[in-house]
Amino acid sequence: MPEPHQAEPVLELHGIRKSFNVAADNEIEVLHGIDMRLYPGDFCAVVGPSGSGKSTLLNTVGLLDRPSSGSLRITGLETTQLSDAQRTHLRGHSIGFVFQYHHLLSAFSALENVMMPLYAAQGFMDATMRARATHLLDSVGMRPWLDAPANRLSGGQQQRVAVARALAMQPALILADEPTGNLDSKSADGVFALLRSVCQEHATAVLFVTHNPQLSARCDRTIEVIDGRLGQGLSV
Amino acid sequence: MKQRAWLPFEVLVAWRFLREGRIQTLFIVVGIAIGVAVIIFMSALLNGLQANFVNRVLTGQAHIQVLASKERARAQGVEPESLEAATVQIPLQRVKGIDQWQSLVLQLQAMPEIKLVSPAVLGAALVTRGEASRSVSVVGMLPDLYFQIIALREKMVQGSPDISSETLLIGTELAADLGVVPGDPIRIATVSGTVLTLKLAGIFDLGNKGANSRNVFMAMRTAQSLFGLAGGASILDLTLHDIYAAERVAQQIQSHTGLQADSWIKTNEQFFTAVRAQTTANTAIRFFVALSVGFGIASVLVVSVVQRSREIGILRAMGVRRAQVMRVFLLQGGLLGLAGALVGALIGALAMVLWQRYMRNADGSIMFAMVMDSALFVQALALASLTGLLSALAPALRAARLDPVVAIRA
Repeated sequence: MPEPHQAEPVLELHGIRKSFNVAADNEIEVLHGIDMRLYPGDFCAVVGPSGSGKSTLLNTVGLLDRPSSGSLRITGLETTQLSDAQRTHLRGHSIGFVFQYHHLLSAFSALENVMMPLYAAQGFMDATMRARATHLLDSVGMRPWLDAPANRLSGGQQQRVAVARALAMQPALILADEPTGNLDSKSADGVFALLRSVCQEHATAVLFVTHNPQLSARCDRTIEVIDGRLGQGLSV
Repeated sequence: MKQRAWLPFEVLVAWRFLREGRIQTLFIVVGIAIGVAVIIFMSALLNGLQANFVNRVLTGQAHIQVLASKERARAQGVEPESLEAATVQIPLQRVKGIDQWQSLVLQLQAMPEIKLVSPAVLGAALVTRGEASRSVSVVGMLPDLYFQIIALREKMVQGSPDISSETLLIGTELAADLGVVPGDPIRIATVSGTVLTLKLAGIFDLGNKGANSRNVFMAMRTAQSLFGLAGGASILDLTLHDIYAAERVAQQIQSHTGLQADSWIKTNEQFFTAVRAQTTANTAIRFFVALSVGFGIASVLVVSVVQRSREIGILRAMGVRRAQVMRVFLLQGGLLGLAGALVGALIGALAMVLWQRYMRNADGSIMFAMVMDSALFVQALALASLTGLLSALAPALRAARLDPVVAIRA
């Protein structure tokens, strides 16, 4: 039995369903009533075969997509009735993303990429912003490449920058969609360890989608998504 | 980024996106620049042509001429109702003075639009010298006033423009026909039989063969004696502060005084028809150039939105608002327009300088002065930037409406 948590959950899902219209009268339900909770500092792997609904779950949790029904709370705030602008604001301030293909902005340097969420939120830059981005890049071992253009960095380096960027706004939740899927095993280990350590340090909850059983075994817990449902017998 | 910390988020992102797509940006900027240069050069050419023509017309003509009303035929002793199928013969127009012209001059001088009023006597006469004779148009004027309207002093080729009651000025053609030089006597006669012998003070060249063989200038007092119009004036020449207000002011004078008032716009109607046609053609060219520039910018930005879908998705995922994404693309349009307009203004100015330098008359004189009006450049910059912004509207909306999930997967 896991110990009961003292803190409020960072993420709380109740009966989340998500359907897509594939034709005028043809609707496909991809998520069939998901219930789950994530607490500060939780490092949770999400596993499951391709097409099982992992990415849809992540997009829904990340407020990039709206659920068809159910309740979705982030840091205690019910999000399903929020306007697009409110969801964007909450996403910018409470959620960090790390994508499989690192997805940095190629027109900017490593430092600028990390500053970007802060810069977008504030509209203008300041010295504090720069100092924070430098500190984050330093903490992921990218200090020597602060001013390197994003597209000149190796895959592993780019993913490190992406992790630093996800942490820029000090989010309560990080959603990592196969962040190591495109890396060699050494780099994948490095990025995993990095995510793990920075999230422990900042008490950030992480939802980590992976196909790698070795990495999922190293997470605090694992949830399995099968055909849009959470697998049986898994503690969530 | 440290050096540009003052830039708002949207401006820096727009700038970086443009800078990254270097070749694309360069081509569209050159395209816009050519369009803007064409607009600037054509407008300057047209303005120069018009200014040159107006200048030529108005150095030999008053802006408004006020004349005594024409004589009209009136049926005498017959009731109008009893007239049936009458043939009305138009009466002959003799040299006629304007009633109370001195008070009219004071009245006209009080009008704020009017710069100068110069009274004159106008009539037809015959000049003779020996066996030679020519019919001429005589202008009797007050030189101090009249020369401010017609720049006759600058057009003198022989003798002096200073005239007294016993001297006159004639054109080069007439001088050649009569075989006279300054100082020679010339006999001048009217149909009513008045004959005067005056001394030739000087010979002018108005740049027009007809005017040089027809016009004779003398003192107003002399012309009054010649045409039997003691103390009278048959015409008032007016100049205005705004030459293009001439027709309006002429109509105003006509309605207030009942006299005939002809503006230079009315007397050069054909010229104005040509100007209107040129202006319409120029506006049409401007419109189509702006349209092609607009479509050019729009097509580049549409491609850019497609190319940057994933980046837009990432920006949206990290909390960038739809409005911010829209502004990024609108700014790109505006920046492209502005950059193209700046380069285009330079090319346009250069083309104007080259035109002035190399397009010359056969005698080496400048063909006409082009008007390098700063307002034209400001207008072109504003127009191109606005076109850029408007053209970017559709791509910017498209970018702002991108679904981040779809965009990231792109």
